Amino acid sequence: MTTASYVLGVVASLLVLIIVIEMLRRRRLRERHALWWLIAGILALIAGIFPKTLEWAAQLVGVQLPTNLVFFVGIAILFLVCLQHSAELTTVEAKTRTLAEQSAMQELRIRELERQLTGKDRLAPDSDGE
Amino acid sequence: MPTALERTLIVMPALNEETNVGAVVREVLGTLPGVSCIVIDDGSRDETARQANLAGAEVAQLPFNLGVGGAMRLGFRFALENDYDNVVQVDSDGQHNPSEVTTLLQGLEHADIVIGARFAGKGAYVVKGPRRWAMSLLSVVMSRVARTKLTDTTSGFKAMGPRAVALFASNYPAEYLGDTIEALVIAAKAGLTITQVPTEMRERAGGTPSQNPIKAAVYLARAALALLVGLIRPPTPLPRDAS
Repeated sequence: MTTASYVLGVVASLLVLIIVIEMLRRRRLRERHALWWLIAGILALIAGIFPKTLEWAAQLVGVQLPTNLVFFVGIAILFLVCLQHSAELTTVEAKTRTLAEQSAMQELRIRELERQLTGKDRLAPDSDGE
Repeated sequence: MPTALERTLIVMPALNEETNVGAVVREVLGTLPGVSCIVIDDGSRDETARQANLAGAEVAQLPFNLGVGGAMRLGFRFALENDYDNVVQVDSDGQHNPSEVTTLLQGLEHADIVIGARFAGKGAYVVKGPRRWAMSLLSVVMSRVARTKLTDTTSGFKAMGPRAVALFASNYPAEYLGDTIEALVIAAKAGLTITQVPTEMRERAGGTPSQNPIKAAVYLARAALALLVGLIRPPTPLPRDAS
């Protein structure tokens, strides 16, 4: 491995960690969403600084080429993050629906109250004008 | 001039507490004359809201579960909009003794936040193992951040004065453990004074907290993360009209 590629690996993983931590700091990212990116960044940093750990891990799980282990773990993390986002999106959609329903019900109750107070219904055709 | 109790709102976050919430509300209103009480029903699937209403509390129902932090923020906003000076957070399961609210409110004369601490020499509240370590670590770090000795930073029994209510109405963290740990960090960084008074915890109606070592270790990690995130975040300025 050349010095250039060694530096590239370390700098890239440091950059990931810095961006994630800065976003967390500025409340642009919630803790639960930052966790996976932090784990990925830390793993990349370890493998970047000590390439021997990558070779050892590859041997341990029986992967011939250590680079392939990087690709595998990378894809696995991306897959899990995608899955987490799909699941969260489902929850968010359900909550939006609940909010929309509740807002419609409140609108109904407010209109009923207004009708009782003023004797007029905003949605009914205007009886005075015709 | 209304009394301290008349200027105080008791905020009680409640999730599926139909068996306890009515009795707790009645006890609060009975022991603290003039106080107002709002129960934030955090998306319960049982009769919590009805029981709280029957007992005489104001009830706000959230359409789904937001967690203690989300429920408390609604409580702070309600207090701000209805001109209450103080907010006291009380658990709806009856583990906090309402008569000790007056002790917390006395503390508010010299501080912005008063924590009802469980290990400060009163009562018999004990935890062991990693959960204990987590709490010790938190109290050491938080005591430095708040520049005063705090022994129980995750207590849910707290009184907030006007400046803290204004700050928390817009900046209360909804993250797990954020409502205790990060909230105190936000307050300390905004220049609010925090203090604690010893309080006694009662036996919880629904059993004891779990002592599972794996759960406790996860708790330690999450507490450390919540603390770290709170510490690296930039300070939130106090809303102008409150300072």
